[in-house]
Amino acid sequence: MCDTCGCGDRELVAVEVHERILAGNDAMAAHNRAHFVATDVLAINLMGSPGSGKTALLEATARASGGRLRLGAVSGDLATDRDAVRLNRAGVPSRAITTGSACHLDAKLVHAALHDPPWGALDVFFIENVGNLVCPAIYDLGEAARVVALAVTEGEDKPIKYPVMFKTADLVLLTKCDLLPHLDVDVPAIEDALARVMPAPRMIQVSARTGAGIDAWLAWLAARRAALHVRGQAPALAAVHVG
Amino acid sequence: MHEYGIVASLIERVAQEATPRRARVHRLHVAIGELAGVDVELLQTAYVTFRPATVCAEAELAVRAVAAAWTCPGCARALAPGAPLQCPVCGRPARLAAGDEIVLERIELEVPDV
Repeated sequence: MCDTCGCGDRELVAVEVHERILAGNDAMAAHNRAHFVATDVLAINLMGSPGSGKTALLEATARASGGRLRLGAVSGDLATDRDAVRLNRAGVPSRAITTGSACHLDAKLVHAALHDPPWGALDVFFIENVGNLVCPAIYDLGEAARVVALAVTEGEDKPIKYPVMFKTADLVLLTKCDLLPHLDVDVPAIEDALARVMPAPRMIQVSARTGAGIDAWLAWLAARRAALHVRGQAPALAAVHVG
Repeated sequence: MHEYGIVASLIERVAQEATPRRARVHRLHVAIGELAGVDVELLQTAYVTFRPATVCAEAELAVRAVAAAWTCPGCARALAPGAPLQCPVCGRPARLAAGDEIVLERIELEVPDV
């Protein structure tokens, strides 16, 4: 009974929780991160719109690395394993994560794909997320870095329209740059838009078709991988995504 | 669409508090940041759709919207909305001080008479 006035109403009790609703995903992501650290692999969460060229970028990465980097990948899609098939064909041992109706990968789906892997020891592990500029951004997967593929055909204002995706990105790859001579795209306007949504904006212009810029992207990966060794753990900025 | 997944996690967490107390859930208080990537209206729709046959069947969802606030980690200066995310004074990258919350703050439970 109500202690205050004895009115007979059931008593209301406030339970203070103050926890992230996705704390369960965060815990699983921390587990994945520990796994990546223990196996000394740089895990990259690659995100971007459908058709932004994520799979083509990874194919070009495999071509340009010429076997110098041991690469592996999982690729998320609502249906089909086409991306994983393409990556396997390009020499990147890969596994498909078919999400059904889910518009993003979560840490549990990635964890399940890590068991009994088709790859051996790796230098870089790519998690090619479901093509989507919204939902994947809010799920930590245990990655060391987040990379967003943004195609030159998507429009200069995409970063400002989708700030959540870009605010935690460590790098933006401006893809399909071989098309620039045929388009009225203002690249400085894209850079300006990124500066308004990314605290430390970093963009590399690439073309999977011509291979332009892929060396700079490989150098970025090498630097991030070297940073793993210096710190002996995944870069601390991963914690930003959790907090 | 991820709002349904968030609601599922939310109700699961609420059940952890309500079930052992044999309590009826009266109201939930959550905080959703402007840059959290969660649409409050979709979250409410997902909640109303998902709550029947759960511990939250009769519980209201109260959402506190949190505005985005970028500040300089060096001089604590607040950046103007829409401005480049570097401190105009010291040039340091800004830090998101508020606005990415997806947080269950409080649960109001009706506990049975003892």
